[in-house]
Amino acid sequence: MAKDLMSIVEATQLRAAELPPFVPGDTVAVHVRVTEGEKSRIQIFQGVVISIRGGGARKTFMVRKISNGVGVERIFPYHSPGIAKVEVKRYGRVRRAKLYYLRKLRGKAARIKERRRREKT
Amino acid sequence: MSGLLGRKIGMSSIFDSSGNNVPCTVIEAGPNVVLQVKSSDGQDGYDAVQLGFIDIDPRHTTKAMRGHFASAGAPSKRVVREVSWNAQVPEAGEEVRVEDVFAEGDRVDVRGVSKGKGFQGVVRRHGFRGVNDRTHGQHNRERAPGSIGQSSDPSRVFKGMRMGGQMGNRRVTVKNLDVAAIYPEHNLILIRGAVPGARNGIVSLLKKS
Repeated sequence: MAKDLMSIVEATQLRAAELPPFVPGDTVAVHVRVTEGEKSRIQIFQGVVISIRGGGARKTFMVRKISNGVGVERIFPYHSPGIAKVEVKRYGRVRRAKLYYLRKLRGKAARIKERRRREKT
Repeated sequence: MSGLLGRKIGMSSIFDSSGNNVPCTVIEAGPNVVLQVKSSDGQDGYDAVQLGFIDIDPRHTTKAMRGHFASAGAPSKRVVREVSWNAQVPEAGEEVRVEDVFAEGDRVDVRGVSKGKGFQGVVRRHGFRGVNDRTHGQHNRERAPGSIGQSSDPSRVFKGMRMGGQMGNRRVTVKNLDVAAIYPEHNLILIRGAVPGARNGIVSLLKKS
């Protein structure tokens, strides 16, 4: 009973259309709505998905990129209306769910192998 | 003032109109049934409404309570509690629902029984810092309270001295919480922030003004 009521609430918060499927290791471009005063524009944050956590309305994913030589990580709520869209730029092959080890790696060492995908029919 | 009895379901978060992620407690609020109306000009001498919540098999109630439910013309209820009420007063036997009492943006106090933490020492219960040293002769008193008083004058410990003891499992009121959303069709109310008690705990939602 309790679980049911919970999912009723969460169902109202989920985004109408799912984002394209991505997993940790993939490189994504997140289109973020930025509101400055009256105006609203789209900013793109592109990097590697290093973690996906939570479920339901509270699912989040973390994207890491190197900006001017500094590592930057952003956590996005999956269902946030602030995310206009997500493009998957590259599919990566990794062997774990959380890629926190990338934080210690620089340059060539931080590369991720491309994942081979079956072509769409 | 008015209010409602509810049951804590759990916590989640919702996105508000500007896209902010708002942490919320989900509460199943009502429907409550009015069991008795007390008024300041009647024999009770104050304004209040007695509410009942959650149906129960009448065989599990006392005969006295069954009589009480019958006089309101209401089914037997597990939780019977009073809420002070000076809004427009309902009649005994009437059903009260979330949308009758609350709207999004209202301020509420939430009262419930906090999660029991058992007998806790002074560090957890009152936020004392402990001794912070394992050496310098401390032996085994890393979480000790230290001195609890002075000397032969006053020769006693002052009342109210903070010490270890039972923590939690007492009635707690959290004041001025915002109603983030209501879902009347499911009898649900979402309150911004945390609320006392465990899941399935009974809480009173008290509306201000």
